[in-house]
Amino acid sequence: MLKNRIIPCLDVKNGRVVKGINFVDLQDAGDPVEQAKIYSDGGADEICFLDITASNENRDTIYDVVEKTSKKCFVPLTVGGGVRSVEDINKLLNCGADKVSINTAAVQNPEVVEESSKKFGSQCIVVAIDAKKSGDKWEIFTHGGRNNTGIDAIEFAKKMEDSGAGELLVTSMDRDGTQVGYDIELMSKISSLVNIPVIASGGVGNLDHLVDGIKLGNASAVLAASIFHYGKHSVKEAKEYLDSKGIPVRI
Amino acid sequence: MNVTIVDYNSGNISSVINSFKEVAKDKVNIEVTSDLNKIKSSDKVVLPGQGSFKSCINALNNFNGLVDTLNDFAVSNKKPLLGICVGLQMFADIGYEETETKGLGWISGKVSKIDNKNGEYKLPHIGWNQINIVKDSKIFKNIENNSHMYFVHSYEFIPEDKSVISATTDYSSNIVCSVEKENIFGTQFHPEKSDKIGLKIISNFIDL
Repeated sequence: MLKNRIIPCLDVKNGRVVKGINFVDLQDAGDPVEQAKIYSDGGADEICFLDITASNENRDTIYDVVEKTSKKCFVPLTVGGGVRSVEDINKLLNCGADKVSINTAAVQNPEVVEESSKKFGSQCIVVAIDAKKSGDKWEIFTHGGRNNTGIDAIEFAKKMEDSGAGELLVTSMDRDGTQVGYDIELMSKISSLVNIPVIASGGVGNLDHLVDGIKLGNASAVLAASIFHYGKHSVKEAKEYLDSKGIPVRI
Repeated sequence: MNVTIVDYNSGNISSVINSFKEVAKDKVNIEVTSDLNKIKSSDKVVLPGQGSFKSCINALNNFNGLVDTLNDFAVSNKKPLLGICVGLQMFADIGYEETETKGLGWISGKVSKIDNKNGEYKLPHIGWNQINIVKDSKIFKNIENNSHMYFVHSYEFIPEDKSVISATTDYSSNIVCSVEKENIFGTQFHPEKSDKIGLKIISNFIDL
């Protein structure tokens, strides 16, 4: 039976791990290579790096981090943040990323998704959707959550599946950093519409939120940052908890 | 000993290289090349593959003499070869991804899209799934039945002769996830991304 995945996410800025509250007020939480190794040794099903400020500054540090990490971690590594072009994707894959997540570029230039999934295979193309509730719908935000595009997130999710995305990483901007739980309605709407796996992100504060993301949000995988970084819970604890709630996990 | 990972522009092979180097340490030389003479003279060959069946076959054919060299290595000289993911799928006679494409024909069979049961199952089949070991395979030495391996694929290899199947995995149906035919080995899952247990499979192949 296919297992639900737990993915610790490391937000990386200038080669260091940080995690913000609603994408601002960043705090330093350590070295990404060491953190990734701790997570993979602890049973993380995948590791995700998001180079959160890569759109603006000093982005070559991420290549070095990816290269070092991929020599130490033998579970899948997803890298995103500031990915603009097919060439950026190529470079990250060559450094040892297994998947690349595309956010702003997928919105501004959807051909990047189409072209890269043809060139490298859908299996390594993850489209990251940052969405915020607006009335009775959700709108897509880009540039690390700074720009509202007004694009309907649900329709966009379907479009990205059609363009060749292998997975969708769906983040609720309202919930990110708040620790009040995933936006379950958003996750389940997207998950029931598309036939590719959905990774739920944004808002995890306790282990029940992970359970809800899978059971209620129908996510194939759950991504979380803060609850793992600051030692509140280990990945192992999270897996044992999910297992106790009848969710299939790799233990 | 020389183990060659065939570099034929089949997509991302850095994880395969990293994992083999991690296992080999200094005992075994890991070459990454499309050089025909180096492939011929190596003791073992790894055939990775990402992307589509068609794109991988086309990429192989783009290297003049590569398919012949691999045929000599694996079929005539019967030296150990490990195919990973699309590398395994290409053993088939034919694949149906994008368009109908002729495979290497080393193990009779076809590669078709996994039945998603009208959307009940997500595709790609991504993540950790357990393997049911159905025959003793040399690469499964000290690997426990029901071990978890990392998968990412939408197509499956369906061999004609079921006796080549060494493991299956349960998804929307029972999917062939490992084969062994004499000196030819293949895994649909990614041992290079399957944590310590995957590295053990790589180690078993190197130790053959």
